[in-house]
Amino acid sequence: MFDLVWLIPLCPLIGSVINGLLGKKIKNETVIGGIAAGSVFASFMVACGILFQLLSLPGEERVIQKTIFTWIQSGTFKADIGFLIDPLSATMLMIVTGIGFLIHLYSIGYMHGEEGFYRYFCYLNLFTFSMLCLVSGNNLLLMFIGWEGVGLCSYLLIGYYFHKKSAGDAGKKAFVMNRVGDFGFLLGLFTLFYYLGTNHNVWTINFVELAKNADLLVPGAVVTTVCLCFFLGATGKSAQIPLYTWLPDAMEGPTPVSALIHAATMVTAGVYMIARMNFIFIKSPTALLVIACVGAATALFAATIGTAQNDIKRVLAYSTVSQLGYMFLAMGVGAFTAGVFHLMTHAFFKACLFLGSGSVIHGMHHALHHEHSEADPQDMRNMGGLRKKMPVTFWTFLFATIAIAGIPGLAGFFSKDEILWQAFANPHHHAVNYVLWGAGAIAAGLTAFYMFRLVFMTFFGQTRLSEKAFHHLHESPWVITVPLVCLAFLSIFGGYVGVPKVLSEFFTGGAFPNYFEHWLEPVFAYSTHYTEAHGAHGLHSVAMEWGLMGVSVLIACGGIALAFALYIVAPGFPEKFTSTFPALHRAVYNKWYVDEIYDFAFVNPCKALGNFLWKGFDVLVVDGIVNGVAAVVRGFSGILRYVQTGFVHNYAFTMVFGVALIVAVYIFR
Amino acid sequence: METIAMPAINLAVIMPEILLSCIAMVLLLVNVFVPGNNKAYLGYLSIIGLAVTAASAVGGWGPSVSAFNGSVVQDNFAIFFKVIFLISAGLAILISDRYMVQEDCNQGELYPMILFATVGMMLMASGTDLMVIFLGLELLSICLYVLAGWNRDNLKSNEAGLKYFLLGAFSTGFLLYGMALTYGATGSTKIQAISSYVMGNPGVASNPLFVVGMLLIAVGFSFKIAAAPFHMWTPDVYQGAPTPMTAFMSAGPKAAGFAAFIRVMIFAFPMLRAEWSDLLWILAVLTMTVGNIIALSQDNVKRMLAYSSIAHAGYALVGFAAVNAEGAAGILFYMLSYAFMNIGAFAVIILITKKGEVNGNVQDLAGFGHKKPLLAMVLSIFLFSLAGMPPTAGFIGKFYLFSAAIKAGYVWLAIIGVLNSAASLYYYLRVMVFMYMKDPEEDFEWAGATPAIAVCLLVAVGATLVLGVVPGTVLELAQKAVQF
Repeated sequence: MFDLVWLIPLCPLIGSVINGLLGKKIKNETVIGGIAAGSVFASFMVACGILFQLLSLPGEERVIQKTIFTWIQSGTFKADIGFLIDPLSATMLMIVTGIGFLIHLYSIGYMHGEEGFYRYFCYLNLFTFSMLCLVSGNNLLLMFIGWEGVGLCSYLLIGYYFHKKSAGDAGKKAFVMNRVGDFGFLLGLFTLFYYLGTNHNVWTINFVELAKNADLLVPGAVVTTVCLCFFLGATGKSAQIPLYTWLPDAMEGPTPVSALIHAATMVTAGVYMIARMNFIFIKSPTALLVIACVGAATALFAATIGTAQNDIKRVLAYSTVSQLGYMFLAMGVGAFTAGVFHLMTHAFFKACLFLGSGSVIHGMHHALHHEHSEADPQDMRNMGGLRKKMPVTFWTFLFATIAIAGIPGLAGFFSKDEILWQAFANPHHHAVNYVLWGAGAIAAGLTAFYMFRLVFMTFFGQTRLSEKAFHHLHESPWVITVPLVCLAFLSIFGGYVGVPKVLSEFFTGGAFPNYFEHWLEPVFAYSTHYTEAHGAHGLHSVAMEWGLMGVSVLIACGGIALAFALYIVAPGFPEKFTSTFPALHRAVYNKWYVDEIYDFAFVNPCKALGNFLWKGFDVLVVDGIVNGVAAVVRGFSGILRYVQTGFVHNYAFTMVFGVALIVAVYIFR
Repeated sequence: METIAMPAINLAVIMPEILLSCIAMVLLLVNVFVPGNNKAYLGYLSIIGLAVTAASAVGGWGPSVSAFNGSVVQDNFAIFFKVIFLISAGLAILISDRYMVQEDCNQGELYPMILFATVGMMLMASGTDLMVIFLGLELLSICLYVLAGWNRDNLKSNEAGLKYFLLGAFSTGFLLYGMALTYGATGSTKIQAISSYVMGNPGVASNPLFVVGMLLIAVGFSFKIAAAPFHMWTPDVYQGAPTPMTAFMSAGPKAAGFAAFIRVMIFAFPMLRAEWSDLLWILAVLTMTVGNIIALSQDNVKRMLAYSSIAHAGYALVGFAAVNAEGAAGILFYMLSYAFMNIGAFAVIILITKKGEVNGNVQDLAGFGHKKPLLAMVLSIFLFSLAGMPPTAGFIGKFYLFSAAIKAGYVWLAIIGVLNSAASLYYYLRVMVFMYMKDPEEDFEWAGATPAIAVCLLVAVGATLVLGVVPGTVLELAQKAVQF
């Protein structure tokens, strides 16, 4: 099965090429969608096979490299087209292909009748291909190809409705923001390659080779620089402060695209990259602290913005930013397993939430369309009471919401609680433990609040649609609801693969171990040993863990209760609140004016500089030089043309002249 | 009584040449006895013949086998080049039929003629005796004179054939004179014998007879590969010859010239390495620069490609001047890629031009990108590859040629090469600008690709991209081919 790993990225690529080249001629939506979804499903099947085969091997043998061919070889630099199969990449492959397939399936229903249906699936498959390259490549360069690929495809997909200016702008914004991050990734790559090469004569970018030589990385300024550069790349791709602002705008793309970008792919790339290179990051306490702080700050900051948004997708977007903050918090405190675990559970419930919101928007759009209403189908202020009309959407959405809110028993609880506990008990940053945990806990409360606010505004209470429109509202077709049900199922039960030790010991006497931690153990073994060897010890207190768990659950419940009180019991109160503190509401509603600050601090100065360079430098100096050179060369070219007379005797003379010259030079020198 | 030592006759070594000659002769007869004006079937038969020959040639891959008393050798170097010749002949045949029908000159002898030319090229690559190389060269040249003037009713084509013949004969004089001088200085025409004589008598390296012999041989080959200042024939011949034959001449025979040039220089004149390496340095710079600069001001796409073909010989000479394994492997790789991208580009030109080769100017391409998006995209890929942009074969080829020059210490040569490459972007991109960004002045209809041309384009595009993205395997083969 391992030999077939190349099929995993290849299938979606083939699907993309077929749809891209022939889609316009095929026209039939079922065929186009079938090719796209089928190709991802094929990858999923191969990924399943690889997972099972990997499970059958003993833990320490679960690192397999499959090199297909040498891609670039130049001096000491060598890059293969090769794949790395280990528990981490197998997990990612399963998430990307599995959820990717569900989203493809869903898209067939959601995009029905859209112009450029084939274009959409071509991009979507290409996106999946890039992401699969990213998570399965065995070297940094191949990862970078995937890294750039998802950046490009996100640009194409966010700007899918390119006739809308806002969509085009959002696509550009995503692309530019990501470029800033990519710049960091490349610098990190170069520095690492050069550092290992010149100091230790280890010229490699292969992950396995790098891991083998991890001992050569001496903690210090260079390693910290490498880590921070890579982290800058991660902040771009995974939407962390300061490069997060593109993600909420990415809502301009079709909703399944948001689900794909937010849940299964793209944004998880940064988390994956840090987990993949944990052996480098563990060497730099400074970088880890920066990551933990940025993660915690992003989690809290984005959650506050999420509380005041009215666009259903925008709430989910900020929720994604916030949840990604948790993952980085986990990475920053050295809890790599917990971070990847949250990545997985988050993929389940966030995909479910986005697809659910898509189903709602789909329904709303049709209902409003019937009424020829211009109202925004994404604005929650136009919704309400939808649960009666869209029961499947409602129930799946509700379960996913409970999961993300961190209510015990569902997937989100296990992963989030693990991160919070590790943030508190981690061996790396004793000084700021309370701050990290506190930020995480408050963000958890806010998450519960804004998510239930969304549920209450959308599905409960009286509808704010007109009677006629409400009458036309109906549940989405099966291609939409089946993925929802699958994802809701995973949101509920997916967390049981990683039940924390204290819970397992309490309820089952340890008979139900933390499979997920055990599974990923070999990947992070180096970091674990390194931490222990350097005398850093985390906190081990069962009582404390229970206590903190209780507190975080209480905070989450508090958030839900607050949402219930404000949006069900006393629906008038939020209005009153916002009118009492208009400045605060405006600030939160306008996303703390971060976009405006960026415009002021970076975008406008850059534009001014660009304008100056264009009109002042480029047009006058550069163009002048270029045109001057071109004119000279062209003049020269014109003269040389006349040498080409067309007369044979002239040609022969030139030859004789050349021969004479050459011979003379050699004889008389 | 003294017995005459019979040279070891090993026909297996020249089996590909024998096969192809027989096939060509059979096709000549078939052409005579099968009536009808449709000659396309001869093309398909030729391609089968080329495939069989290729299989027979590739079968010899491995250790070198010498035969006919050291006159001919079957080694990886020759085999790699033979594959290039066979591919370029095959691609040229694929694009011939439509053009020849359009121009009313589809005589069936065309295909055997191409095959004979290919036999000549193959002999040039595998010959290790100056006389065998010369014979191969003459067989090739005579066929090419005929092919250049194939379109009898077209003045330009006549002119091309005649000019090529006159100047070719002139240059052959130099080559033969050089060979004679070398023979006079060393007493043999066999490369092996020349080289061992020079090893045994180092003094010969300063013998003017020997040095001038080397220079004149170099001049003769420079003419064949169209290196400046022996390039003057190229634009006129390339423009006048029927387009498929131009495509063929710019790919196959050029590679054959390089094959013989490399073999003679590296084996027969190793003592003069410093001298001829300097000479090649100068030739490379001149060739690249002259080719590119004149190409800048060409409006006719075919003529532009002719000058660009001169420039490409210059890039290959950069690798030759480096005189190392990377450079030689780079030339092999480059010649292979060049066959694909250049014949591919000419194939599109064939589709663009009308009878009598009108509408061949770059201005006539306005609007082509919108009318024929697929063909325009394909042409763009070829032009990008010719310009040396990743991810195409042209990029990898240039990369290896220039990095070989840097390794050999010729940093300036590599810089001049890169600058030239940058300048060449202008005229390649100019075509794309017209295709995509200019509106046509009058409404114009272009023909679609015939199945044969479509196959040629598909193969050429596929190879250009595959060699650009995954060059590993072919590069390895090229490296194996230059381990003499």
